[in-house]
Amino acid sequence: MQTPDAPEQPPTGNDEGRDRHRVHWLYRRDNRPKLWLLQFVILALALVPEFFVHHHPHFDGSGFTLDGTFGFYAWYGFLACAGMVAAAKVLGIFLKREDTYYDE
Amino acid sequence: MSEFAFPPGLVLVLGGLLIPFTSNRRRLALLLGLPVLTLLVVWSLPDGVLVRTTFLDYTLEPVRATAEGRLFATIFAIMAFAGGLYAYRQASTLELTAAFVYAGSAVGVTFAGDLLTLFVFWEVMALGSTAVIWAASTVSSQRAGMRYLLLHLLGGVVLMIGIIAQVSTTGSLAFEPMTPDSVPTVLILIGFLVNAGAPPLSAWIADAYPEASPSGTVFLSAFTTKTAVFTLLVGFPGADILVPIGLYMVFYGIIYALLENDMRRILAYSIVNQVGFMVAAIGIGTEMALNGAAAHAFAHIIYKALLLMSAGSVLLMTARRKCTDLGGLFQSMPVTAVNGIIGALAISAFPFTSGFVTKSLETQAAANEGMLLVWLLLLAASAGVFLHAGIKFPWFVFFQKDSGLRPPDPPVNLRYAMWLFSFLCLAIGIYPAPLYAILPYPVDYQPYTVDHLVTQFQVLLFAGFAFFVMLKQMRRTLTISLDFDWFYRKFFKEIAGEFTLRTSAARDAREEQALAGVLRMIDRLYKHHGPGSTAARTWPTGSMVLWVAVLLGVSLLFYYL
Repeated sequence: MQTPDAPEQPPTGNDEGRDRHRVHWLYRRDNRPKLWLLQFVILALALVPEFFVHHHPHFDGSGFTLDGTFGFYAWYGFLACAGMVAAAKVLGIFLKREDTYYDE
Repeated sequence: MSEFAFPPGLVLVLGGLLIPFTSNRRRLALLLGLPVLTLLVVWSLPDGVLVRTTFLDYTLEPVRATAEGRLFATIFAIMAFAGGLYAYRQASTLELTAAFVYAGSAVGVTFAGDLLTLFVFWEVMALGSTAVIWAASTVSSQRAGMRYLLLHLLGGVVLMIGIIAQVSTTGSLAFEPMTPDSVPTVLILIGFLVNAGAPPLSAWIADAYPEASPSGTVFLSAFTTKTAVFTLLVGFPGADILVPIGLYMVFYGIIYALLENDMRRILAYSIVNQVGFMVAAIGIGTEMALNGAAAHAFAHIIYKALLLMSAGSVLLMTARRKCTDLGGLFQSMPVTAVNGIIGALAISAFPFTSGFVTKSLETQAAANEGMLLVWLLLLAASAGVFLHAGIKFPWFVFFQKDSGLRPPDPPVNLRYAMWLFSFLCLAIGIYPAPLYAILPYPVDYQPYTVDHLVTQFQVLLFAGFAFFVMLKQMRRTLTISLDFDWFYRKFFKEIAGEFTLRTSAARDAREEQALAGVLRMIDRLYKHHGPGSTAARTWPTGSMVLWVAVLLGVSLLFYYL
């Protein structure tokens, strides 16, 4: 499973500081860099096998050999997702409406 | 031909009708026993046409056992079992009854050997599922249910016209592989695709399903769309048009799920995405691709139901459904969170889950056929599944900001149902051989190679990285997204509203005009014939004498002539 990232906002304001021990460690501000570090370690580990494993191209003889190159699945997965988030963002400009839009 | 064979779907349909007459322990026995009985019947029937009757001039085959049908009937029965367990204490009697009739008619479709039998079960499904939506008995569920029903009746009419046209051109009702190259077969294909959530009518899934009760949505997610996948698999294997349709559905589901704020609507869009994979695989049409579609449907029903059970538990315990209101629930609902995460990993095709061993059959089939673009798009979509369902759902519901909510885990029957499906997600993933053995065609595929494991981990982990890098871009907003349903929920409604206003104004004007005419006539009559009018005046005696004198004069004149 993915490392949970730092939260977008601190937990309910009145809890912070005063009842610091009651805030879950995932939500503590000073743990955020550690969580990001953990994620980078996992990503680096996922790339380690690239040095040992030879990928079999899926399309022999078609001239397409990109899927056998170093780190293809990593950058392709990342860019595909970044592209889809961007596409959703752009389409959202046209498609998003208040969630009471259809109410009467 | 067996003397005792009857449509296996009737076990759940007729048994389901007994549910209102039971309570407590007997009801639980019925809810769990009927699916088990269905499984026994399904697996005791030998292959081939088992019942053949004639209706008018046509041959009907209400019971025809095939490998595909048995596979889908099996997962439908397993779904009814877990759904019954999940729903049994919280759901209304109406919902349970409707859900079992609905499940039974889905099983009925999988054993239909002719189009007429298929159509009858198809329509019972539409009615059963509508009743499941209505059982939530909220205003929004009544409206969404009506929209859902109208759309499915429309799809049913198109299917019926196609079937009638097919019979009149070929003279046969048999449900066999077709090619969409004539009007009848195209109409039948459209009828099937409406239920699959294909474009342009994809919006009904995200419109209607999330309006049902927590358990109702779990039932709804399983049967209608997957029955459509079954009919496409049997009726239109290798139809080229299905590849672009499926790819459209895949990306439609991802984009709309990314924009969505309602947790169960996110999962509803994800149904379209997943069915898109299956539809595209059916379009590819090789034995491996068809195996992939069937296996993916089997695995998908389990993990999508698991995800919706997890979301339903959250809804039941918090009465909140929007991501903006949720977060931090892993602290007080650990069982729900763990099961939701297992479902999320399975839908993302993480290694050692059911998605990994089933969806890869489809992508590998595309590669084997040399379909480079299709393969690249499916690979991108696989990353996108992790993005929109695999991380987005657990993250926004169980983690993100701490909402301060501390609801406990749901009652025991809901937890058992979730653990059961989590177990199946992992069991199929770790040991896929039994599932591979019941697929329609022999499987010659090894999902667990070092290459496949490494590449899948890389795609998913970097997709997850993209999620956290772009988290700011995905901040939830209190919005919905426009879809094709805008036409029937807004555009035509506004036009109809405008038409009503204008026609009623025109009618008022006509009415006033007619009334004025009548009044005018009455006025005139009164003027001429009323008291004091010319016609009512009394005549003076002098004029009478004058007229008598005139008449006498005239007759005298005539006498002399």
